[in-house]
Amino acid sequence: MSRLAVRKTYKLFVGGAFVRSESGRYDRAGDFNVPRGSRKDVRDAVKAARAAAAPWAARTSYNRGQILYRAAEALESRAPDFAVERPEIDAAIDVLVHYAGWTDKLQPVLGGINPVAAPFLSFSLPEPTGVVGVIAPNEPPLLGLIAELAPALAAGNTAVAVLSERDPLSGLDLAEVLGVADVPGGVVNLLSGRHAELAPALAGHRDLNAIVTVGAGPDAQAAIDRLAAESVTRVRHAAPARSYEDAVGDALTRLEAVTELKTAWHPVGA
Amino acid sequence: MTRARTAIAWDYAPAPESTDHVRLRDSYGLFIDGDFRDPREGARVPSINPSTEEPIAEVAHAGPADLRRAIDAARAAQPRWASLSGLERGKYLFRIARLIQERARELAVVESMDGGKPVRESRDVDIPLAAAHFFHYAGWADKLSYGVGGREVAPLGVAAQIVPWNFPLLMAAWKLAPALACGNTAVLKPAETTPLSALLLAEICQEAELPAGVVQIVPGDGATGAALVRQEGIDKVAFTGSTSVGKDIQAALAGRGVSLTLELGGKSANIVFEDAALDQAVEGIVNGIFFNQGHVCCAGSRLLIQESVAETVVARLWERMGRLRVGDPLDKNTDVGAINSREQLERIDELVSAGEGEGAVRRTIACDLPERGYWFAPTLFTEVAPAHRIAVEEIFGPVVSVLTFRTQAEAIDKANNSPYGLAAGVWTDKGAKAFEVASALQAGVVWQNTYNHFDPSAAFGGYKESGFGREGGPAGLRPYVRVS
Repeated sequence: MSRLAVRKTYKLFVGGAFVRSESGRYDRAGDFNVPRGSRKDVRDAVKAARAAAAPWAARTSYNRGQILYRAAEALESRAPDFAVERPEIDAAIDVLVHYAGWTDKLQPVLGGINPVAAPFLSFSLPEPTGVVGVIAPNEPPLLGLIAELAPALAAGNTAVAVLSERDPLSGLDLAEVLGVADVPGGVVNLLSGRHAELAPALAGHRDLNAIVTVGAGPDAQAAIDRLAAESVTRVRHAAPARSYEDAVGDALTRLEAVTELKTAWHPVGA
Repeated sequence: MTRARTAIAWDYAPAPESTDHVRLRDSYGLFIDGDFRDPREGARVPSINPSTEEPIAEVAHAGPADLRRAIDAARAAQPRWASLSGLERGKYLFRIARLIQERARELAVVESMDGGKPVRESRDVDIPLAAAHFFHYAGWADKLSYGVGGREVAPLGVAAQIVPWNFPLLMAAWKLAPALACGNTAVLKPAETTPLSALLLAEICQEAELPAGVVQIVPGDGATGAALVRQEGIDKVAFTGSTSVGKDIQAALAGRGVSLTLELGGKSANIVFEDAALDQAVEGIVNGIFFNQGHVCCAGSRLLIQESVAETVVARLWERMGRLRVGDPLDKNTDVGAINSREQLERIDELVSAGEGEGAVRRTIACDLPERGYWFAPTLFTEVAPAHRIAVEEIFGPVVSVLTFRTQAEAIDKANNSPYGLAAGVWTDKGAKAFEVASALQAGVVWQNTYNHFDPSAAFGGYKESGFGREGGPAGLRPYVRVS
C-alpha cells in the first residue's frame, strides 16, 4: 500500500505569519493552488514591514550578518525541496553568504570622516532607507528575488516582495526558510499574485521608501516611476541576476540604492 | 512607617564553572599540514594551570626542523588556497566562526585553565570576539578590493605569526582570520604558557575541513619564535608581544624584504577631567587596569587625574578596588584571576618593589589569596613622579600608577610623554573637549568615557614604540596583501 502524501497549502508570508490572501482568490502554479494577493495584502505587508523596520535597523551589523548567514545555512539544508535547478539555488545560497558579509562593511566603505574647514568632527554614514519593495522577475524566480532581497536586508531595511508571477513556488518556499532562520517577523514579506495588480499598489504606497523592479519592461518601469514620484520613493530598475556573479558584481550599487547617507557634526575644542 | 531591616551578611557563594565538557587530550603534537604530528626535534612540555600550578596537558614544542616542515607545508598549500575564490575562502572562515561559537563554553574554560583569566572574561569577551573576528574577515574575503580603496590585491604568501599569552585564542583569531581571508597560509606560534586554545583551534580547522597546510600551529617558547622569524621562506611576520622582542624581530628581518606588523607594549594614559562623571570614570579605571589582571597591552596603567578631583577619585577608586574578588579563575564571580606565570609574577614584584623604593606610596587591597598558584592583589600607587619606573615601564599586571595634572595641555603633554603610543582613555562630559584631547593624543586607540572596548570592525594598533600596522576592520587587510 502506498502512503498518501500530505500536500502543502501555499500561503503568503506577511509579518512572520503564513496567511491566505484576504481576497480569497487563487491562481494555479504547477500542481498547486497559490494565493492571488490583493492590494489590501500589499498594504498589510507594508504595514508589517514598517513595524519591523526600526527594530531590525537597530540590531548590530554583526547580528544582522549572522541572521543572513543563518538564512544561507537554512536554504542549503532545504535546497532539495525547491523546485528550481540546483545551480540556481547554489547561487542563491552564495548570494546570501556574500551579503551576510556586507552588513558590517557598508559603513566603512560608504561612510567616512569629512575633512571640513572648521573645528568640527563631521562624518557621514549610511543608514537603511526603511521599507523596500521588490518586484521579482518571472525568471529566474529564486535567484532573481534573492539578488535584490539580500542587499536590502544587509543594509538594514525590511522588504515587501512581489514574487515571480509565472513561478511563485520557490519564493513561497523561501518563506519557510526565512521563518526558521531567526529573521524577525515582518522583516521579509512575500506576496504571490499578478504583477499588473500588485506592482502599482506597492510602488504607489506612501509608506514605501524604495522600490526595486527586476526585469520590468519600459512601460512598466515608467508606470512605477510615476507612482513613486508621488511620495519621492527611491527607484531602481534592475536586470534579473542569472548567476552569482550577476548578483554580487555590482553589490555596492544595489546597497546604495537602499541606503541613505547621514552627516553628523560635532564640535572639537572650544 | 519604616521597619528596621535585619542585617544580613551578604557574600558570594563559590560558583565554579564545570570542566566536565572539556575534551582535552593528554598530549598534543604539532599541527602541521592538516594533522597533529610528533616533533622531530622539540621536547614535550606540560602546560601549567597558573591558578593551581598543576599540569593540564602535554604540548610538543617545535624545533628548527619542525618549523622548516611547517613553513614548507604552508608554502605548498598557499597557491591552491589563494586560487580559491574569495567566496569559497570566506565560507571556510564562516565555518570556523560557527565552530568557535558551538564550542564556546569549552574554549572559555580551557582559556581560563591555561591562562588564569576569569572565566567571566573568557566567556564574555575572548571567545565571542574570536568568533566575531572570523565572521568579520569571512565577509571580507570576497570583497578585498573594497577594503583597500578599489586597488587590485594579491596575497603575500606565507605568514609567520606569533601571539602572546594574554588573549591566546583572540590573538590567534586576529592573526589568522585576515591572513586567510586574503589568501595567505599561516604558521602560528602560540605563547609558551598558553598553547591549548590554539591547539583546540587546530581541531576546529580539521572539523571545518580547512585544506591541509593552510594553518600550522607550532607551540614553543621565545627561542622558537626567534627561530621562526629567522627561517627562510616566509613572506610576512606578524607579532604581538613585548616591545623588546618586537625590536629584535624588526632587526632580524632587516634586508630580507619580509613584510612586518608589530603590536607591542604600552603604558597607556587614562585621563580623568574634573567635569567627568566620576563614578562612571571609576568603573572605567577599574576595567582599564584590572581587566585580565592588567595583562593587557593597552591597559590604562597611567591614571592621570585632574588635581581638583584627584583626592575624590582616588578615594572612590580605592573603595571600589576593595570590592574586587581575586581568586579561582573558573569561579564566575571572580574579577581578578591568576597571574599568567611565575616569571610574570616575578616581573610584577620587581617593578612594584622599585615603585616603593623610588618613594611612591603603595596601597594593595587586603584579600585572601589561594595558597598555590600565582597571585597579585590589585594595587594602587600614589605620589608617583613621571620619571618613576612604575610611571614609565609596562608592568603588565594589576597595578595602577596615579599622576595628576592641572590643565588640559598638561594632561596631553604627560600622556604623550612616553615612548609608547598604544591607547588612551579620556573622561569628560564635554564632547568638544573629548574630541580635542583625542586628536592631540599620540595613541592608536582613544576611548572616550569607556575603556578596553574591542570590535573586529575597529582597527587596533599602536603609534611610536607600540608598533605599526593595524588589526581589525578594512585596515586589518592591508598588512596581508600586496596592492597594485
